[in-house]
Amino acid sequence: MNIHNYEKVWLMAAILLIVGFISTVTYGATAVGVDMISDDGGTVNASALDEDPRFSEPRVEQVGENEYEAYVIAQQFIFRPDPITVPANSTVTFFVTSPDVIHGFEIVGTNANAMVVPGQVTELTVEFNEPGEYGLLCHEYCGAGHHTMEGSVVVQPQDEFTQGGDE
Amino acid sequence: MSEALETGTPSFIDRFPQEASVVRASLISSFIALFLGAIFGLIQALHRTDVFRFLDSQYYYTVLTAHGVLMVVSFTIFFLVGVFTWATVRSLDRPLVDIRYTWAWYGLMAIGTLMAVVAILGGFVPSSDISADVLFTFYAPMQAHPLFYGGLAIFIIGTWLAGADWFRAWYAWKQDNPDERIPLQTFMVLTTMLMWYIATIGVAVAVVVFLLPWSLGLLDSVNPLLTRTLFWFWGHPVVYFWLMPAYMLWYTVLPSISGGRLFSDPLARVVFVLFLLLSTPVGIHHQYVDPGIAEGFKMIAMTNTMFLLLPSLLTAFTVVASMEHGARQRGGSGLFGWLRALPWRNPAFTGMALAGLMFAAGGFSGMVNAGMNINYLIHNTIWVPGHFHLTVGTAVALTFMASTYWLWPQITNKPIFSRPIALTQVVLWFVGMALMSNAMHVMGLFGVPRRTAEPQYQGFDFVASFGSITELRLQLALGGTLLFLSTILFVSNIALSTGTPRMSGLGKQLSEPLSPAADSPKVLDNLTLWFGIAMVLVVLAYILPLASIITDSGIVDPGVEAVPMVVDAANGLVSISAVSDAASRVVAAIVGVVP
Repeated sequence: MNIHNYEKVWLMAAILLIVGFISTVTYGATAVGVDMISDDGGTVNASALDEDPRFSEPRVEQVGENEYEAYVIAQQFIFRPDPITVPANSTVTFFVTSPDVIHGFEIVGTNANAMVVPGQVTELTVEFNEPGEYGLLCHEYCGAGHHTMEGSVVVQPQDEFTQGGDE
Repeated sequence: MSEALETGTPSFIDRFPQEASVVRASLISSFIALFLGAIFGLIQALHRTDVFRFLDSQYYYTVLTAHGVLMVVSFTIFFLVGVFTWATVRSLDRPLVDIRYTWAWYGLMAIGTLMAVVAILGGFVPSSDISADVLFTFYAPMQAHPLFYGGLAIFIIGTWLAGADWFRAWYAWKQDNPDERIPLQTFMVLTTMLMWYIATIGVAVAVVVFLLPWSLGLLDSVNPLLTRTLFWFWGHPVVYFWLMPAYMLWYTVLPSISGGRLFSDPLARVVFVLFLLLSTPVGIHHQYVDPGIAEGFKMIAMTNTMFLLLPSLLTAFTVVASMEHGARQRGGSGLFGWLRALPWRNPAFTGMALAGLMFAAGGFSGMVNAGMNINYLIHNTIWVPGHFHLTVGTAVALTFMASTYWLWPQITNKPIFSRPIALTQVVLWFVGMALMSNAMHVMGLFGVPRRTAEPQYQGFDFVASFGSITELRLQLALGGTLLFLSTILFVSNIALSTGTPRMSGLGKQLSEPLSPAADSPKVLDNLTLWFGIAMVLVVLAYILPLASIITDSGIVDPGVEAVPMVVDAANGLVSISAVSDAASRVVAAIVGVVP
């Protein structure tokens, strides 16, 4: 097969670019520690969340020094708890599920961004440094009131933080 | 004068009048969908930016479903079947085996579309129980009326039969030409259809096995993650189904319009084989941030996705090289000076060249989407529609419109009504899309979500790190308006072309490639081999994720209840006072932006 020299050069450059992309993503996932959302959260009975030990009471709870777990329900057209209050300088693992349809979970202005699927539990870990307040929105169409589905994440100074669900 | 015309090249319709009717019918169906889709697109662009809202926001999602389905199912695929019928018949240089069969698949596609459109438009009628406000992705457990799923199934069966029609034509040709290479255009049609047969397994199972019986009440529940994964099994390769006819036009028509010849036939074949192999085992890249799918499977999808850049990068080279060859044949010279020698006054050329240019930009934003970790930043933000309005919305749509200016006279024996309008139209599309897509990409970076009627929230504001959100909203609305005007120019130019005087000699020849098929190894034409490898790759990429989803949450998940998408009947159309209200907001917004 007759391949022009310019074309060979282009082909090699294209393959280098592709390998480069794959390497940077792999580097990000392994060395930098950008975790991907996976199946770690497990599954749940979507029509019996009130009987589930994780989701019967949506809340934030402390599980270690500066480590917290947040159990969040995304449903038509609210987030529970709202606001989700966490302390500054903490690592928070969110467990999010839905009792009805597919929702989105986006902490605005950050890269905390995930899908929420009924029957599945989304697990994602977020580091909060500075105190502040973030918007929380649903970015997957979930019904006629989708555009009203919002919440907030309040990051409190550590000395002001009081534990417990604010529902 | 008339003698010169009489002795010109016979056109497609002169040689194959029956096939030309099918091509024409398909193209007209496609353009009706485009026209309706554009109306819905304009409503959306003005509604979500809060420039002009005349519908209650709950109807935004009916509008969005209609826009999505009409544009990316009806407009693109009707155009595809038209242009593939033309390409197969033209390149094999023989009619289809049985034209009644051809009309049968066209009829199925038309019926399927009508069913789905009726189901969707039912969403505007609060008193009817028919609705399908489930968007193009119809994620369960949101539930549409059975007409929607049934229409989709019938439409896809129509496309399967269309593919069989072209295979049949090729098989008949092969009996008469046992030792010849498959003509390039037919090769492109057949490899694309093989890809489509593999891809549609996913949506066929999702719709026929799960969603249709479920919407009819025969099945109590579905597993939303499973049907979503099956959707994306089809949902990514369908992107290439839209794109392959545009690629075919870039490879086989654009070089001739540029005044030159395709650089290399063998590499064009390699590109289409790569798309057949790699289009399907990548769908999970739409699910990077989904629960219930292990990281390893996402990594495999990402690797395959990145390799899918290869055929597109090769295409960029070949298309530009072929254009340069054409320009130099026309007397162009210099490192970049040859660009001036291209036929920029020809709307077919200019439209396709601008479409290719925008595809490059779309390719770059696509690389961001494909990067698993950076995708966190833009997943489900309006960045994503910004991306695909460059790809399907321009690379595909603008190529289809521009090539129509070239193809239409050959299937009707009537010249285009106005070339200056055609040229204005393609440039207007480019400008409109540059504005709209830029605004979408930038807002996406600031976290503005896609698919949202009112992305203006009570509790927080989006923070623009440069520019302002108001300015970007206006840019989006302005771009959307220009795109709508461009569509109107296109549709009316084609409609008026039905009234231009009939003439002969409008046929066009396609030039032969510089490096012909004979240069390439024969194995490239072994369709069975490539189909087999493609199937193996799909099985490798999907068998474990699907098995793991079914093991974890079942074939159906009894805990998940159907949520039918019905509109609250209490809120109808908003009163006319909203119109004046919106007008005053437009003025205020403009005054706010101009310093």
